[in-house]
Amino acid sequence: MAERSDTEEVKLLGMWPSPFSRRIEIALTLKGVPYEFSEQDITNKSSLLLQLNPVYKMIPVLVHNGKPISESLVILEYIDDTWRNNPILPQDPCERATARFWAKLIDQQICVAAMKVVGKVGDERDAAVEATRDLLMFLEKELAGKDFFGGESLGFVDIVATLVAFWLMRTEDLLGVKVVPVELFPEIHRWVKNLLGNDVIKKCIPPEDEHLAYIRARMDKLNIKSA
Amino acid sequence: MADEVILLDFWPSMFGMRTRIALEEKNVKFDYREQDLWNKSPILLEMNPVHNKIPVLIHNGKPVCESLIQVEYIDEVWPGVNPLLPSDPYQRAQAKFWGDYIDKKVYASARLTWGAKGEEQEAGKKEFIEILKTLESKLGDKIYFGGETFGYVDIALIGFYSWFEAYEKFGNFSIEAECPKLIAWGKRCAERESVAKSLPDSEKIIKFVPELKKRFGIE
Repeated sequence: MAERSDTEEVKLLGMWPSPFSRRIEIALTLKGVPYEFSEQDITNKSSLLLQLNPVYKMIPVLVHNGKPISESLVILEYIDDTWRNNPILPQDPCERATARFWAKLIDQQICVAAMKVVGKVGDERDAAVEATRDLLMFLEKELAGKDFFGGESLGFVDIVATLVAFWLMRTEDLLGVKVVPVELFPEIHRWVKNLLGNDVIKKCIPPEDEHLAYIRARMDKLNIKSA
Repeated sequence: MADEVILLDFWPSMFGMRTRIALEEKNVKFDYREQDLWNKSPILLEMNPVHNKIPVLIHNGKPVCESLIQVEYIDEVWPGVNPLLPSDPYQRAQAKFWGDYIDKKVYASARLTWGAKGEEQEAGKKEFIEILKTLESKLGDKIYFGGETFGYVDIALIGFYSWFEAYEKFGNFSIEAECPKLIAWGKRCAERESVAKSLPDSEKIIKFVPELKKRFGIE
């Protein structure tokens, strides 16, 4: 009988409402990798988190056989390098570079612009909406003629872009600001429907009601008006 | 059929230097095309429509944007000589983590050392030194960040080394006093042919900073 210590030990330090944490769960689930999830409280950081991610002290942190990896895009690539079934990144180097480019755009620019939409008011919010839409147009064009960014199946950019589908787009319902209207972004809306038809996505994204309640509570705490 | 490799770049860019170094490490012949960032060429706008920024690597007509993405691409396309990333997944992840750290942290604080005044400049200098110290402790007593071999993390950081004397001059501080091991590392890397070919002289950068300040409207 195999000893417990023979099996891979995979642990994820994360937070249930975090898009960065959820994308790791999507990747592990896609690959059929069993893992232990450890819910973290970043307002009261555990000594484990501080020990495993001393540079940023943030989630997600993946711990594989005792060795920690931080930064969600780095973790996603690590998962893809380690468990080779159901590849997340394409094989071709040019396509890989393109996927990495879009992922970076989403995390470093779209995410930042979207946070400004939530955090600002009046003219500043309008400007943030414009900026977010300009960036999203690139994703809109990228989706033309494809079911997913990855083509016929989920890939790296789809996993990273769940931030748009299930965080930005859920927040806009609560803010009463349509950042991603279907008239301007029909491909993105079509892609979200495709995502919702995928079992792994359905399993791994935060349940809608609880998620909306959480976002609403956070907005109240930050004195942001909810619709 | 020979590969056609074009690099749209700007000589003082520490980001462009990364891609130059990676191509040189792999002995890839490339057509270096200097860009005027204040009068952007049609090819730059066409090949990087999202950011309109350099460096842009154009390989057989197809563009690759973002310097660290280019370094990884170069490693994947020309794997035979001088591997830039480790083959072990965990070591690769560590390299990418630190490359990302350098991207997120170094430029912003470094810029304040010459681009800001008074308290803002002092705060920038302090942060910049802290970040370098973090990197220096990561380097430890190793020859390069990856150990025995020159690679991705070294490439990510070394371009900034060509700007160090300018930071010191305009920021009025000494990097070597705070981070001697990092300076020693910089000197070691600068002896490599790929780096020597790709980094401009510090003097040239020092002469360039006042011109850059004027462009940005900084006094």
